[in-house]
Amino acid sequence: MEDVEHIEKGMKLIRADGRRLDGRKPDELRPIRIEAGVLRRADGSSYIEWGGNKVLSAVYGPREAHPRHLQDPARALVQCRYNMAPFSVSDRKRPGPDRRSVEISKVISEAFSAVVFSEQFPRTSVDIFIEVLQADAGTRCAGLTAASVALADAGVPMRDLVTSCASGKIDGVVCVDLNKDEDNFGDADCPMAIVPRTGEVVLLQMDGHLTYDEFQKAMDLSIGATRRIYEMQRDALRRRYSVTLEDILKEPAPAAQREEAEPPLSQDDFGPEGM
Amino acid sequence: MSEEIVSELMRAHVYRLASSGQRVDGRALDEPRKLSVERSFVKTAEGSARAKLGNTDILVGIKMSVGEPYPDTPNTGVLSTSVELIPMASPTFEAGPPRPDAIELARVVDRGIRESKMVNMEKLCITPKEKVWIMFIDIHVLDYDGNLFDACSYGAVAALSSAIVPAKNAGLGDDFPLPIEHWPVSVTTAKIKDVLLVDPSLDEERMADGRLTVTTDENGDIRAMQKGLSGSFSYDEVKRIIETAQRVGRGIRPLLHT
Repeated sequence: MEDVEHIEKGMKLIRADGRRLDGRKPDELRPIRIEAGVLRRADGSSYIEWGGNKVLSAVYGPREAHPRHLQDPARALVQCRYNMAPFSVSDRKRPGPDRRSVEISKVISEAFSAVVFSEQFPRTSVDIFIEVLQADAGTRCAGLTAASVALADAGVPMRDLVTSCASGKIDGVVCVDLNKDEDNFGDADCPMAIVPRTGEVVLLQMDGHLTYDEFQKAMDLSIGATRRIYEMQRDALRRRYSVTLEDILKEPAPAAQREEAEPPLSQDDFGPEGM
Repeated sequence: MSEEIVSELMRAHVYRLASSGQRVDGRALDEPRKLSVERSFVKTAEGSARAKLGNTDILVGIKMSVGEPYPDTPNTGVLSTSVELIPMASPTFEAGPPRPDAIELARVVDRGIRESKMVNMEKLCITPKEKVWIMFIDIHVLDYDGNLFDACSYGAVAALSSAIVPAKNAGLGDDFPLPIEHWPVSVTTAKIKDVLLVDPSLDEERMADGRLTVTTDENGDIRAMQKGLSGSFSYDEVKRIIETAQRVGRGIRPLLHT
């Protein structure tokens, strides 16, 4: 008990030089890397590494909604399943949905419902899967940011990408993108998601203790951070889909390509058994 | 929770009124329905309250038992909140395991109470690492006429404030009231197109595009928030909603005190 008390009461989260324990400034994000189109079978997919978080996202659809009684004759359902792998946290998480992941799945579904042009696909569902492989606080923001790229990768029509980031308060200082220790021992956490082009807030949660002024500071930090993350999302999509002049020049002429792709069969193509 | 269809006539009517600052039941846009709270409704519970917010009617019971603390919080009591949307409360509620709606509702009510540190959970520790009080908040929705988030939260806060810890029965000295230190009040605002309405009625809620629940404490500080539904809010709207929640909360808080 003494140990825990020591950590809870004595742990300083802001160093004497004003930086955080991992050396970041209050408005500094952890390193983020996003990749689009990482899975073969899914209609769209993406992978994000955000600090110590490793999150994979896949999108299927629009496809026929099952069970049928859930179908909406006017629009597509946007359904998200957020799931944590049992090995993604230090104490093994029991597999399957718990109350926390049910809630997160719900708020993420609602956030995407705000941007997907669902009226174009009646009776279908757009299924978004988020798998947290390694967790280090801020998994819903990482998952949402990744899922947004996966939706774009799947070609699902949307008004814009959705970008997510959290801010919170540690040792009385409002900071962006809390890590695990900061989340556990900090004073408040406020995850949000925004439609960057319009500034609409599509996800907003908060727990802890913030004054109204601190909340505004947290939102301002988050909004600033989402601008940077939005660029990373777009960059991931550009890397996946952009074609440069160089690529075109590198491509062999159509006739030569056909020959290369399908060389004439020879005896060597069959194994020793003749198959 | 909002599967019933609202007629186009009602939609047009509600919106037309709302865009000129009026509501079907005569309230102002930032005016909650009448709240009445009846404490100690159930004698078998350690604390209870029946809360009526307009015609929305809920009953909250607090049960206390002795159990083990979580390993990462060895010297604090345990808080557990559940909501049952029983089929008698609405034609859209079905029996069975809790659906995402009910889970979100319970977690948002829980968050307001937990994060505001309403109950000093450290005072519910009996023997560190071994024995603590476990506090169950069980919320029964009896009649659903809109805005369960606030009704359940008011019921839970009132029930907690009336709860007596049954220490004597457990052989742990004299009974004592729960150590209450803060008074969280949740205020939910619905957005219909471009209009914001506090404490949505059933029809307003069923046609709402967005919902934002803000829980503030007696200092007006924000303790919990939850945005719901598929609509969105501008940052300015969020700020307006918080300011309204602070103001409306000040009016409601005295009704929750004993």
